[in-house]
Amino acid sequence: MSPVQRLQRTITTSHLYRSIFRHEYADTARNRALEITSNVFLHLHPVTIPRHALRVSYTFCLGGLTFFLFLVETLTGLLLMFYYRPVPEYAYADMKTLEYAVQFGVVLRNLHRWGAHLMVVCVMLHMLRVFLTGSYRPPREFNWVVGVSLLVLTLLLSFTGYLLPWDQLAFWAVTVGTNMAAATPFVGAEGPFRDVLGATALNDVRFLLLGDMKVGSNALLRFYVLHCVGLPLVAVVLMMVHFWRVRKDGGISRPL
Amino acid sequence: MTDSRKGHDDVPVLRGGEVPVFPYLVLKEFLAALVISILLLIWSLAQNAPLLPEANPGKTENPAKAPWYFVGLQELLVYFDPWIAGVGIPTLIIAGLMAIPYLDTSRGATGQYTFHARRAAIGHFVLGFVLWWVLIAIGQFLRGPNWQFYWPWQDWSVAKSADEQLWSFPWWVGLPLLVAYFAGGLALARRRWPWLPAGLGRGRYRLVIVLTLLMYAVPIKIVLRLLLGVKYVLVTPWFNI
Repeated sequence: MSPVQRLQRTITTSHLYRSIFRHEYADTARNRALEITSNVFLHLHPVTIPRHALRVSYTFCLGGLTFFLFLVETLTGLLLMFYYRPVPEYAYADMKTLEYAVQFGVVLRNLHRWGAHLMVVCVMLHMLRVFLTGSYRPPREFNWVVGVSLLVLTLLLSFTGYLLPWDQLAFWAVTVGTNMAAATPFVGAEGPFRDVLGATALNDVRFLLLGDMKVGSNALLRFYVLHCVGLPLVAVVLMMVHFWRVRKDGGISRPL
Repeated sequence: MTDSRKGHDDVPVLRGGEVPVFPYLVLKEFLAALVISILLLIWSLAQNAPLLPEANPGKTENPAKAPWYFVGLQELLVYFDPWIAGVGIPTLIIAGLMAIPYLDTSRGATGQYTFHARRAAIGHFVLGFVLWWVLIAIGQFLRGPNWQFYWPWQDWSVAKSADEQLWSFPWWVGLPLLVAYFAGGLALARRRWPWLPAGLGRGRYRLVIVLTLLMYAVPIKIVLRLLLGVKYVLVTPWFNI
């Protein structure tokens, strides 16, 4: 037995190791199954899958990558929160601090920003892939609906984050975006049928979004709270449903 | 641990044609995450995220562009009033997407990539998907100050005339035109695919055709505007389309 093998054996038979991993280390069919079922993270998977599901060219890993990018965004977002204050007096200055005074601050922000864009692309392509393979068909109809909701949430997450740097790009992009809300029929101050419910600039749906008639400190705080807490919470709940339903609706789609 | 070194043709196939998830699928997922992490890191080291001067409510950016994934809708503002471009169309897109599994009753070719067996479904969906990206590309790369059209090699500092001779159909032309569009579309579909209503059921069939016609109404309105200078197809005291 080589020293490496001896070390391996010492570790895998130790009390500590066996208290963490509830199955043997040896590469057997039984242990492969236990590796999935006894691990809280891996048990998202079934123990076995159809042969074709192993082909990368079937899913292109797009759903998984979207989820992975959500994790990347969560981690980098958490780190960014240490350096950022969501008030107009400090927000932009904090971006500059991040750029010039924080070690790897620029890279952190870049990862968060580009990761968000990549996530939007991945989620759209994931939808395309699910459509092209007809994977929304029964019994998976409702999971497609959940998926479309997650697509919308991804866009909203990205959009609320767009305001936070508090630069000209952010300010005017969100001004353009939220102006559209004012055009909503019935509940927008500039929309058709605005008089029916008495929508004005002080009580319409844009006011609800911004906490004001235009983008300002209230909007910044609202977008920040939605971006960091509100929308991620909803997204996590919907993702739980989405992943659970993938399993409950028969696992990855296959030719009937 | 010899199996992990085999190529994936050597993956042991279990009863029922299944393969073990661990390690074969988990390994691929890990590699996919690794590859995307590396790409994202390289991109983030090479290219800084944009940061313009501090927000100034007194100084309007020109052009002021929405985030790229909403620029397609912003581009539609050229052709539609804000309540259609910013609210109506996105609502219809979301509702239409969510309705897809309840409208598609065919069961052939599930779980595989095929154009052959689902020409119509895939054709319309991909067309809508491409339209979304084309609008984004135009809005993002070909729109300059005052949302005027600029080719990439044209100078933004050369102002373009905003003068356009636009006209609208009077309501007594526009309303029959709209009705004719949807009625004609339904009739045409019935003639082209006479077996469809029986398979789908009448209500579902009508919804499918109307949603499809609504989607094609977007590029049709764009063409009407660009070629004939049509501002509104239908003018009413309450809203314009």
